[in-house]
Amino acid sequence: MALTDALKAEFDELCKKYPHRRAGLIPALHRCQEELGGWISPETITDCAEYFELEPVEVYSVASFYPMFFLSPVGQHVVSVCRNISCDLRGAGEITSAAKKYTGAACGESSEDGHFYLEEVECQGACTNAPMMVVDGKYHEDIEPADVARILGETR
Amino acid sequence: VTAHETYLLDRSKLADSHTLEVARADGAYGALRKVFETAMSPEDVVEEVKQSGLRGRGGAGFPTGLKWSFMPNHETDTRNRYMALNADESEPGTCKDRILMREDPHCLIEGCLIAAFAMRLDAVYVYVRGEYRLPYDRMQAALDEARAAGIVGENILGSGFSCEIHMHKGAGAYICGEETGLMESLEGKRGHPRPKPPFPASFGLWGQPTTVNNVESIFNVPFILERGAAWFRTLGTESSPGNFLCGISGHVERPGVYEVPLGISARAIVEDLAGGIWKGRSLKAWFPGGSSTGVLPADMLDTPMDHDSVKAAGSMFGTGAMIILDETASVVRSALVLARFYEHESCGQCSQCREGTEWQKQIIARLLSGRGKRGDVELLVDMSNGMFPGKTICALSDAAAIPVLAAIKHFRSEFEACVPTAEEVHA
Repeated sequence: MALTDALKAEFDELCKKYPHRRAGLIPALHRCQEELGGWISPETITDCAEYFELEPVEVYSVASFYPMFFLSPVGQHVVSVCRNISCDLRGAGEITSAAKKYTGAACGESSEDGHFYLEEVECQGACTNAPMMVVDGKYHEDIEPADVARILGETR
Repeated sequence: VTAHETYLLDRSKLADSHTLEVARADGAYGALRKVFETAMSPEDVVEEVKQSGLRGRGGAGFPTGLKWSFMPNHETDTRNRYMALNADESEPGTCKDRILMREDPHCLIEGCLIAAFAMRLDAVYVYVRGEYRLPYDRMQAALDEARAAGIVGENILGSGFSCEIHMHKGAGAYICGEETGLMESLEGKRGHPRPKPPFPASFGLWGQPTTVNNVESIFNVPFILERGAAWFRTLGTESSPGNFLCGISGHVERPGVYEVPLGISARAIVEDLAGGIWKGRSLKAWFPGGSSTGVLPADMLDTPMDHDSVKAAGSMFGTGAMIILDETASVVRSALVLARFYEHESCGQCSQCREGTEWQKQIIARLLSGRGKRGDVELLVDMSNGMFPGKTICALSDAAAIPVLAAIKHFRSEFEACVPTAEEVHA
């Protein structure tokens, strides 16, 4: 999807924070992903390149560096289970298993109906409330495998 | 635990502590007002922070006041000056800064403004990891409230001093917590750390003088200015004054973020505050300050939690985030979980780190799967020793090598037990 005028107006404001416009690129890519289909499409990259006066390959280079950006389409609801040490010690593996079972998706894949995208992620900074998972940006902490179906069911 | 004086989390216990109304009623911005009303000079403020002995809480423990004093003389160097507040909290085990931003954003803003006054800054950028939505939103809302009240922006509290604070969202890369990686990322680029020198104070954001400080470091500043460096030194130890936020996670009964004085014994944190090892089990191993600090065995739990003592024990204080492994945990598995992490987070610029983290992951995975070869443990040691010190642009390579070496040093037999014997191989 193409960059909308509303987003461009928002980026005009955003870039005023910085002495150089390019600093707005990463926050802008976040907004693109939120508003333009849940991923950074080739069209988004071209449009952002034009807006920020960069080559498309520079925008691609940045977008591809950061794990929060998806460069291919993903399911409607993004489910991220932390797999790092504090969560691993308190049963993250079972959370992942429960999430796989509920969504029918493997890690790094979307469910067949396109409703979920499931991934394992590195430390989310909620270590004292492990294990945890993030659904569409919202943290669910101190969870048990039995909670997974309820939490994911809330997206229906 | 004997009762100790607290200050860091006191306000956060009040209802709606994140709002300007509640924070102000509790004394927020009193330190900033004191700086202005007692006509302290920027140099006086730097000196007070130096005298306090405050050491950075982001991992390296560098003296904050000294770091501030590295900023160039404003009369001979008239370039713009910035601070990047490092809120990219991503060191596994560490989750203290999110509480400060979420529950007491006004204290953090006050600390930023005092730092800005002391270093004569033009602007402060708060770089928050992209995943921290609620802490980001709370900080943004607090900034909006403060700006409307004349506390941020032009002519702050009628003092004539002006400074902007801007929120900035990262996108999930551990390396952006490294100060030069953070600056590259803030400029809208890949988070590739820069070779040093030049150091940020001379060539930072957009090539201008910049200081990068951790959230908890700056959070301490209003208390130091309000109550004085001498008061601060009544807490903690001679070389590591003050309190710190100890996040304790893993196999304890009550994981959590606890405010304790530096120098408290690790045992007091585990046994008294965190309720001991969970399920009635005993302790096997513990990381003193995040995943990049070498793991220590159970018999070193009486180590005092301060920079010098943990260093003397052969590890590092780091972020003060303790990760606890009980007797049933596999040290080899934890080493794999961390090796996988560092391999994922290596930015790829330096071969020692890019290749080293990949090989660490492969060898540990091979050991854990029972397909290890004779000599694998020695290979892992040799390879990890080749990754540091000072061989790469930044310290991620060190951070990957150190925990593996420490795990083998203290738990070598556990690694060697993963290598099948000749009989097992032939069977």
